[in-house]
Amino acid sequence: MSSNSIKLALVFAAAALASACSTPKVEAPAPVAAAPAPAPVKPVETRTVAPVVAPEVDPLNDPNGVLAKRSVYFDFDSYIIKDEFNSLLAAHGKYLASHTGRKVLVQGNTDERGGREYNLALGQKRAAAVTKSLTALGVAGSQLEAVSLGKEKPKAAGHDEAAWAENRRADIVY
Amino acid sequence: MNVLIKKNVVSLFLLMWMVCCSAQAQQLHVEISGIGASQIPIAIAGFTNEQLAPQIVTSIIKDDLSHSGYFKVMNILGSVSETDNVNLTDMKSQGADALLVGSVQKTEDGRFDVRYKLYDTNKMSTLSFFNVTQSPQFLRVAAHKVADDVFEKLTGIRGIFSTRIAYVTKRGPNYQLEIADSDGDGVQVAIKSKEPIISPTWSPDGTKVAYVSFELKKPVVYAQNLVTGQRTLIANYKGNNSAPAWSPDGNKIALALSKDGLTQIYSVNVDGSGLQRLTNSAGIDTEPQYSADGQTIYFTSDRSGGPQIYRMGANGGEAKRVTFTGSYNITPRISADGQTLAYISRRDNKFQLYVLDLGSNQELRLTDTQDDDSPSFAPNSKYIVYATEIAQRGSLGVVSVDGRTKQRLTIQAGDVRNPSWGPFMK
Repeated sequence: MSSNSIKLALVFAAAALASACSTPKVEAPAPVAAAPAPAPVKPVETRTVAPVVAPEVDPLNDPNGVLAKRSVYFDFDSYIIKDEFNSLLAAHGKYLASHTGRKVLVQGNTDERGGREYNLALGQKRAAAVTKSLTALGVAGSQLEAVSLGKEKPKAAGHDEAAWAENRRADIVY
Repeated sequence: MNVLIKKNVVSLFLLMWMVCCSAQAQQLHVEISGIGASQIPIAIAGFTNEQLAPQIVTSIIKDDLSHSGYFKVMNILGSVSETDNVNLTDMKSQGADALLVGSVQKTEDGRFDVRYKLYDTNKMSTLSFFNVTQSPQFLRVAAHKVADDVFEKLTGIRGIFSTRIAYVTKRGPNYQLEIADSDGDGVQVAIKSKEPIISPTWSPDGTKVAYVSFELKKPVVYAQNLVTGQRTLIANYKGNNSAPAWSPDGNKIALALSKDGLTQIYSVNVDGSGLQRLTNSAGIDTEPQYSADGQTIYFTSDRSGGPQIYRMGANGGEAKRVTFTGSYNITPRISADGQTLAYISRRDNKFQLYVLDLGSNQELRLTDTQDDDSPSFAPNSKYIVYATEIAQRGSLGVVSVDGRTKQRLTIQAGDVRNPSWGPFMK
């Protein structure tokens, strides 16, 4: 028997007792509304398993993934990609080659020394070195654009070699 | 007389300084130093009734002439009009070679009429007797036009006081392309952007400016009509689009594009059509500049290993090297008279403004600063405005081609860079 039935039974019992002990002067107790019969409850099926599909994290958005690093740094007056950046380029090359709908802008930068327009062209050489590497890794030319910001948007604001080294850089922008 | 002049020059300078600083924050502040090789002494009286106009016209004329380095201005106290009798012998005995007098009157339609007379005290003759009428808003331009006329009559060189300059400012994250009178006054904003703007260049008729904008995360060339604000996209090819230069006939714009690999020089029609490739080298070719006759293009190329200045025909063809001193010569600018090439050269790790006399092949360094950039000739070929850095702030310098007369133009807060001197206006 359910707890509700027990409760009701007690109510009836109390009411019966109350009416039996009541003095003749007491009014007849108000009729207790008849409680509706309890609805039949379906028993829970504890043995089914609802399948869930885990959302696929775009490797591009993984802050710890191989694609998190997007910058290639260059030596002074140089447009040659140093060996330490080969794995970075390989990772982006692989991703882009297998996601042909993705396009990237590669923005080349220079340090602050020198003329604005000439540095714009030098920065573009750095970007072009990166896109050339990506093309060699199988990325289509239509997915790539090499441009330059020259010395116009330095990441590091200082006027020493540390700042200059930070700014001699090509960024892969998705 | 000398003490009077010095006092007046100093008080003029102070007055100008106060006017500059009390005006809106956008004002360009002007500092002058140096004098020209030889100066013409000119006596200038007040113009009658000039105090009734919004600007003191003779104050502007005196500043223009004395800052040019070509004149020694002698103040005459009080005002003398163009109809008053004058004693030229007396002026001559006081050391003046010329005398300027005049008046200001309001016209029926609310404009101001500036009348003036310029006398030669040696020949005892009238060199110029003219008037300029202008709306109150542009009364300064009337004063500059008088100064231009005086300058030309006495030096034989066309004056540039009524010309304008374009330049870029950076205040925190905000960039603006601004247009000002060549004395730094009358600043107007042509475009505001959150991304850099570089390399502004004027159309020959002075109504448009082309420039490079980074608003699309890459360099793109626009031409903007200053009067209407309308922008035309000149070039957004794959890669870099930059270094615009207007042809003297106003029909084409030369520019640097990296669309075919390395940066090379091309030209397009002013509506962006008709792309034509002009250089084909194994290096970087950039910074094209047309000569005033439209026949030659000077440009920067590092085809020899380091950047040097070359020239070629306006339709491309064989290039001839022009600079041979030093390993880094960039940003060529050719004077309108074709006699002087200005450029930036890196020597001993300093980037400084040089000029090369194309007749004598003599080179002269014009600056003592070390981060100079973006030179631009005044249309009379006698001055160069350029960008430099002083106390790590961007400011503009103006220097005469002989290096003797110098001005510095700064803004209150922020950097100024990338100046371009506008043309003579009709």
